[in-house]
Amino acid sequence: MRVVIERLSKTYGDRSGKSVEALQSIDLGVEEEEFLAIVGPSGCGKSTLLNIIAGLLAPSEGGVFFEGLRDGWHPPTAMVFQEFALFPWRTVLGNIEFGLEERGVAAEERHARAMRLVELVGLVGFEERYPNQLSGGMRQRVGIARALAVEPAVLLMDEPFSALDAQTRQLLQVELLAIWERTRKTILYVTHNIQEAVFMADRVAVLSRRPGRLIAIVPVELGRPRREAMLGDARFLHTVDLIWGLIKADAQQALAEGGS
Amino acid sequence: MSGARVPVEDRTRFLERRELKTTRVLSLIGLVLLWELLARIGWVPRLFLPAPSSVAGEAVEMVASGELFRYLGSSLLRLGLGFALGALAGIVIGMAVGIASLAEAVVMPVIAATFPIPKIALLPLLILWLGIGEPPKVAVIALGVFFPMAINSFTGVRNADPLLARAAVSFGAGRWSVIRKVMLPSALPMIFAGLKLGAGTALLLLVAAEMIGAESGIGFLILHAQNIMETTKLMVGIVVLSLLGILSHWVLTRLERLAIPWKHN
Repeated sequence: MRVVIERLSKTYGDRSGKSVEALQSIDLGVEEEEFLAIVGPSGCGKSTLLNIIAGLLAPSEGGVFFEGLRDGWHPPTAMVFQEFALFPWRTVLGNIEFGLEERGVAAEERHARAMRLVELVGLVGFEERYPNQLSGGMRQRVGIARALAVEPAVLLMDEPFSALDAQTRQLLQVELLAIWERTRKTILYVTHNIQEAVFMADRVAVLSRRPGRLIAIVPVELGRPRREAMLGDARFLHTVDLIWGLIKADAQQALAEGGS
Repeated sequence: MSGARVPVEDRTRFLERRELKTTRVLSLIGLVLLWELLARIGWVPRLFLPAPSSVAGEAVEMVASGELFRYLGSSLLRLGLGFALGALAGIVIGMAVGIASLAEAVVMPVIAATFPIPKIALLPLLILWLGIGEPPKVAVIALGVFFPMAINSFTGVRNADPLLARAAVSFGAGRWSVIRKVMLPSALPMIFAGLKLGAGTALLLLVAAEMIGAESGIGFLILHAQNIMETTKLMVGIVVLSLLGILSHWVLTRLERLAIPWKHN
């Protein structure tokens, strides 16, 4: 299944009647089993883009299409949130089962599927804990398991590791790559971290600052499976430099204007 | 370099708060003992301040004769019925107002206009409408509980994290699912705070209503005992009321722990 984003624009109207153009005419296709990262400086509308794809926000113009969608996949996307967005009143298992509940999966199967995911993301022994009893890294593992549980056609990840400390982030990046190797999900991964984007993705879509326009799609010439040693690879460093060159001026401007 | 060696000390010591468990217990026991002593040496006439021991003795007698349970029974019935009705209506309406903008537009102005009325002032009107029996007493308690419940449920729903609602929707939840699985659990802590607040109000209104027009109940016991100068019985009534207050708070705290396990683990 492909995700096709066509001439997508989003304009927000604020209260004073001024309109802010967040996204401007984005055209982008995501292939089956592709790991696509979207990077851009703050205020480039990358989260807006993800929310539109998830059906949580209406575009102003253009649209998002799923091509070759097998039926019964509704909704075809699942989201991993930057702030985790776990339900504090549900245990680890309860959170993972949430999407299955909404799809009317029977309790027994829900449990079985949730248990498989608990194993996949390495949370065995924590099934009955509540989110406030978990570390940030564990919470996001629950977030990933909750999203994978509904077997989405596309996994949407909105800066999933940026609320975590640097060490945890790196460990989870490697874990996510391992999960991707096993499941080969199509992943749309939004981040402001260029190294992270290059390390994980097949292609990196680079957005400009407001209004967010697609300024380049940079293919990553690193083999799979990715290893941490590749972080020192010349091709890795070169690609990171290339992307940084594309958005550095925008990022400086964002800093000068006080960010988003 | 020469000079004295000065150790660094923790300068925040005076900010520490200690629990002082025994002092807490002793404080209460001390108060009762002081009271007993004052009554025994006769500084205060027994008619005005009977000793704790004689209040306890009177209470035992009233329990043995079943007199206390007659008073307590009719009070508990009014309290339970009024509290349940008011709490239920408050939760349902408060949540509806928090969720639907139409309900908010219709109900909020009414609540804002009627909330400041001291509910006991409505008792004469309620008696006029509902007759002189139990209904007006139950109704005044229900009204008193309704307002804090409605306002707290509304606030609880309003304070629900919109991110969680969006997360639920992203996983396929519809309107009812979001209400049941996100709004309701989000509002539960505020709902329980409202229940505790309402329990206090209910007790207050119960006694007031029973003092104004009743032939039974703890409020009646207190007023009647005063009329015939039986101060010990009056005191028993007061102690029973305070025990009721403590008990209801304890039960609600217990229920809260059961209903909101994620806050207490």
